[in-house]
Amino acid sequence: MSGTSDLWTLAVIVGLAAVTVITRSFFFISSRPWPLPRWAERGLQYAPIAALAAVVLPEVMMTQGQLIHGWDARVFGAIAGAATFYVRRSVLATIVVGMGVYLPLHLGLGW
Amino acid sequence: MFLTEAVRRHPEFRVGLRAMAPQAPGVAAWGLMTGVAMAKSGLSLAESSLMALLVYAGSSQLASLPLIIAGAPAWVVLATGFCVNLRFVVFSLHLRPYLIHLPWWQRLAHGYVTADMSYAIFTHRFTQPATDAEGRAAQEAFLAGNAAINWSSWVGASLLGIALANFIPQHWGLGFAGILCLVGILCSLATTRLRVVSAIVASIAAVAAYSLPLKLNIVMAIAVAVLLCLSLERLPPARGRGKEALE
Repeated sequence: MSGTSDLWTLAVIVGLAAVTVITRSFFFISSRPWPLPRWAERGLQYAPIAALAAVVLPEVMMTQGQLIHGWDARVFGAIAGAATFYVRRSVLATIVVGMGVYLPLHLGLGW
Repeated sequence: MFLTEAVRRHPEFRVGLRAMAPQAPGVAAWGLMTGVAMAKSGLSLAESSLMALLVYAGSSQLASLPLIIAGAPAWVVLATGFCVNLRFVVFSLHLRPYLIHLPWWQRLAHGYVTADMSYAIFTHRFTQPATDAEGRAAQEAFLAGNAAINWSSWVGASLLGIALANFIPQHWGLGFAGILCLVGILCSLATTRLRVVSAIVASIAAVAAYSLPLKLNIVMAIAVAVLLCLSLERLPPARGRGKEALE
């Protein structure tokens, strides 16, 4: 954690809070009926998972802009976490098991 | 909202509190990890605390961290946050008939604090929007009680995580918990075959286009995945086409 804050980052954080309000209230911000075009309604089905995948995969599979070579603790942790989700259906269990696999490999074996 | 006394006095407010209470430890653990991840990412104490207090959306917080640290332009950070949050847009369509009778700022306040868990519990208890004033007051009080527990366990635990992060060395890699949290949410969204396709296409595109400046690989990956899924959806089912070919 660094000690200095800059205005740009603080402004982006306030902007993200506005994004939370706007997305959670989207269809009741205005009380007038507002039909959504069909393509946009369908697009809503696919955009959230695409956004998460696009953020997560590079964080797990890449180091400094290059695809990883050899063993990497992050890959095993992420696979263990995903497998756990399918058994337990819990985000908390995903974190616990994923870290349980990641930490020994990362700290113990230096992967 | 839970800020008004009339809502807090309603008996359904307590019912809402109790309905959410069993989920609170899970929410708190996730908030704690998000707090640690924020502080470990390189955000300052003030930045992490502001984020914990205001943003109140774990997945968009965690997704925005690497972008903020990399110095991506504000619009890319906000657009990514918006896309990660798009599931709430779908929820808001569902919640509209329950809340639309309220004044504008109260609707927005309810929307702001109704995260995944509150939405799920609320719509499970009230499958139909109320039609009379009494029923509406009860639903509003329940939702407010529910959100009060959700908000306080999340924000309290996030702040604790930020405080504790100072005592945890960087090289342990505990920030990885934030990525695992996103992995969990990602798996929870993978409910249809085309959504799985969307995730796979977006992953490949994000890695392939990684060298694009300003983290534009994420925006591009979302666009490619959504457009591909929208076109796949228009195709007739495979079996139908096979039959046509035979006839």
